[in-house]
This record gives sequence, C-alpha cells and structure tokens, in this order.
Amino acid sequence: MSLHKPSDPSVQQMIADTQGKGMKRLIEKLMPILLFTAATLSVLTTFAIVFTLIFETFEFFQRVSITDYLFGTEWLPFSSKEPMFGILPLIVGTLKVTFIAIIVAVPLGIASAVYLSEYASDNARRVIKPILEVLAGVPTIVYGFFALTFVTPVLQQLIPSLKVFNALSPGIVVGIMILPMITSLSEDAMSSVPQSMREGALGLGSTKLEVSLKVVLPAALSGITASVVLAVSRAIGETMIVSLAAGSTPKFDFGVTDSVQTMTAYIVQVATGDAGYGTTIYYSIYAVGFTLFIFTLVMNLLAHYISKRFREEY
Amino acid sequence: MVIAKEAPVKETIVTRDNVIAPVQKNIVYETRGLDLWYGEHHGLKNINLDIYENEVTAIIGPSGCGKSTYLKTLNRMVELVPIVRTSGEILYRERNILSKDYAVEELRTHVGMVFQKPNPFPKSIYDNIAYGPRIHGIKNKKILDEIVEKSLRGAAIWDEVKDRLNQNAYGLSGGQQQRICIARCLAIEPDVILMDEPTSALDPISTLKVEELVQELKEKYSIVIVTHNMQQAARISNRTAFFLNGEVIEYDETDNIFQNPSDQRTEDYISGRFG
Repeated sequence: MSLHKPSDPSVQQMIADTQGKGMKRLIEKLMPILLFTAATLSVLTTFAIVFTLIFETFEFFQRVSITDYLFGTEWLPFSSKEPMFGILPLIVGTLKVTFIAIIVAVPLGIASAVYLSEYASDNARRVIKPILEVLAGVPTIVYGFFALTFVTPVLQQLIPSLKVFNALSPGIVVGIMILPMITSLSEDAMSSVPQSMREGALGLGSTKLEVSLKVVLPAALSGITASVVLAVSRAIGETMIVSLAAGSTPKFDFGVTDSVQTMTAYIVQVATGDAGYGTTIYYSIYAVGFTLFIFTLVMNLLAHYISKRFREEY
Repeated sequence: MVIAKEAPVKETIVTRDNVIAPVQKNIVYETRGLDLWYGEHHGLKNINLDIYENEVTAIIGPSGCGKSTYLKTLNRMVELVPIVRTSGEILYRERNILSKDYAVEELRTHVGMVFQKPNPFPKSIYDNIAYGPRIHGIKNKKILDEIVEKSLRGAAIWDEVKDRLNQNAYGLSGGQQQRICIARCLAIEPDVILMDEPTSALDPISTLKVEELVQELKEKYSIVIVTHNMQQAARISNRTAFFLNGEVIEYDETDNIFQNPSDQRTEDYISGRFG
C-alpha cells in the first residue's frame, strides 16, 4: 500500500485507460475469424477430396457399367482386346492382407495391452511403451522392404511353394505395423477401468488372471473393439507394404501364397505408370479410390459408434 | 429367534467385570502383535484384537488412524500397496493368514469385502452376483439361478431387481448398487464380511437399509465394519474398537465404549472433542 503515492492513478484507473485502446479490441474481433478459417480449412479439404473422387468416379461409370464393376470377378484393365473392370479381385486381395494382419495383430496387441495394463511394473512399462512408439513411427516403406527382403525369404524356408510376391508376408508385416495402435489404445481403455473394480474382484478371491480377463477386459471391451476397428481401417488403406511385397496380380481366390493385388497397390501401379489422362484406366483409379474410401469411412464410423454406444460408465 | 440371540449378549453385559472373555462366542480372528509399515510410516502398532463369531465388530477412529488399513489386513488387501510390510500374526480360524503359505485367494473366498464406494462390475445384475461362484467353478445354470436369488434376497434387494436381472448394475441407484455389492459378497457364502465405511457414499435412507441389513446378516456371518459415523457404530455393533494413530486405544463391548469408556482419549473422541 505504501508503495502507492496518493497522487498515482489507481490500478482500476489504469485498467480503464487501456481498455478499448490500441489493437486489443481489433485482435479480439479478428482472432475468432482466423481460428474459424483454420478449422474450416480441413473440413473444406475433406469435401474437396470427396467431391473430386465422386466426380471422377461418375466419369468412370459413364464408360463401365456399375454392375460389371461391383460384381465382376475379373480385373483386366490393361487388356488390349477386352478390358475388364470387376473390382472383386482387388477387394479380395485387400481383405486377404487385412485378414492376415488382424490374425497377427489382434491377439498380440490385446495380450500386450493386458500385460502392460495389469502386470507390467512401472520400469517394464517405461521401457516397452517407447519401443512400441518407435514401431509406430517406422516409415511404411521400410516395413515394405522388411516384408520383401526378410519376412518372405524366412517364410519361404517354411513354405517352399511361397512366391516372391504373396499375400502372407505383407499381411504379417501390416499386422506388425498396426500392432502398436491396438496395444496402445487397448491399454488406455484397460488402464481407465477403475482400481475399485479390480479390488472388488480380488475381494471375492479372484486370481490376478481372473481379474484381468473376466473383469478388466470385458469392462474395457468397447475401447478395445474400437481400437481394432481403427487398426483394420489402417490395414485396408495400407499402401506401401503391399505395393512392394504383395505383387500385382488381381486374383479372385482365397490362396495367400501367390501374388495378389490390393486396391491401394492398383492405384499405385496406375499412378506411377503411364496411363494417359482421360483414359478409362485413368478414371478407374478414382473408382477404386472411392471404393477404398467407403471401406475406411465405414470402419471409422463403426469405431466411433462402438466407442460411443458401448462406452461403460463406471 | 432374535430374542434367543440377544439373550447371551445381555448375559455378557451382566458379567462384564469378569476379566475372562465370554466363553459362548467363538473367535474368528485373533490378532497378535500386528505391526504394519507403509514404507517408513508405522501405520499399525502392536495390534492385539479378537473378533467374535456372529457379531458386528465396529472399528472407529479419526481419519488416518489405521482403521481401514487394519480391515484390509484381515483379507490381505493391504498387499496391493507394494511398499507395505507387516510383522506379527493374524490367526483366522487358527491359521496365520500372514504366513506365506496361506493362499490369499483362499482367504478371500472365506472373507468377503464391501467397499466404501459401491463398485459393481459393468455387467448385468445377474452376472455381478454369479461372478464369485463362477470363478470358483460353479457353472450349472440352475444352481447359479438359485444362488443369485438367495444372495439378492439375503441383501434385501431381490424385490427391487428381480424383473431386471439382465440389466446393467450401473442403472441402479447408489444404495441399490451397494446392496448388489453385498449380495455379490454373499454369493460365495463367506464366513466373515469386512465392510469399509459401506454407507459413507449413501443417502440417509439407503444408509438405514444397509444398517438394517447388517443386523440381519450377523445371524449368519461375522461382520467387521469400519465407520466414521459413531452413531452407526453405537446402533449396529456388538463390540467397538477405537483406533488412534495406529494403536488400539480401547476395545470393548459397544455399550461400554459409548457409555463408560475407560480411556480419556476414547471419551474425548466419542464426545466429539476431536476427530
């Protein structure tokens, strides 16, 4: 108090003097507009992409009938005699790789999540989690090399009939790629199950494993399921690994040892090739891209729905 | 039935000047020289306490006095904190539960626990109650149905939930959830029920229901209840232990503790001078 001489203006007076002066009022007006623009930009970009996809896909269906596209079992776009645009072989190729990835990633991912959430000491967690994050940060092209030059030769020792390009090896490697995602999101879901629930189960004479598998895991099921669906969405959209290691032979069968082609790999093949602008092949990549977009969109919406609808309220 | 049960209690009051404990009651828990440390903190100091069959034993004391810690030692739940060390003995039915070869799961199958905050599992009411019997190997649907009904009746909540056994237990009110947790505990037919401030998160009406329930349950079970609420201890318990700074200051029949405490600190606490 004594610092203030009576002749000095009061703090309230000084505040009142600065109010409404200079840039302050203008900034207050402008900032929300700038922030809104930033937020709108991503929304607009999304719309632009979807619009382009729809527009070019529409062009494609002027040339190829939509039923031939959706139900055709032959994908021979480069045939000089009679090109065929049946999407099913590409979808089957994609699903093969995705399915193998799920078989690898779901059990491993959930098992690691149970370990990290229920068993690991703080020290173990401090070591394992960063390593998982490194795994998540490996560029997919490196995974592609890994599949082609390491996993495939190793698998060929076990399965002599395995071709150089096949669905199995990239499937396993895509599984490894999505593993950190499943582990990390599932672990979050399990860690957020309240401790009181574990105590309740332990108090009834449950063993640690029973608590983990019969109480914590079911309680976290919505989060775990959502993580799996999101991971599946990533596996479906994965491009580099399959382009390098899965081959480019669209096939409508269920073998995993032969070369296959996924939707993404087809788009890469055309986009890096010399298909001329305006050709049917050129438009076909938009149709395939749009199909892929529908797949991942449905998966993402499903994940969103599951985590909302089945979220456990503790 | 009720009169027959109360008769021996009256008798013990008449003979309370006798040094020897009343002989008609069996001892469930015998604590001998129990010490407990949380890291460096000496949480329980030389506890000696007997807990009797078919009685309600209340543990009272101010916050941080060790009453919850002691309760959690009785089913070794205290071990969930890794830095806890104990010494001394707790004999449950004449076996030392603190010895390494006493399997903790076996102990907790005999000794159920009800927690401060209702903690049902996010499962249906039915699955909550059937959880205990199921993990202990009972799979037969008919037997489970019977256990579920019996336990819910035992916890005085059957009429409220019998039409919605398949609904999630989280749809119930806090008081109902707590009685579900008591029913879940009854489903494994324990010998002892430990209650850690079971009504502190409940409204007065739910509290009353749980208190009435405790009175019924002591016919079949031995109950140890930790409570902040001294009136509650006075209303429902047969014996009361007063804990202060990790020590048992006084342990006696509840009437004596509340009407004629022998230690000044007990008197100060129950008359509200501290805590």
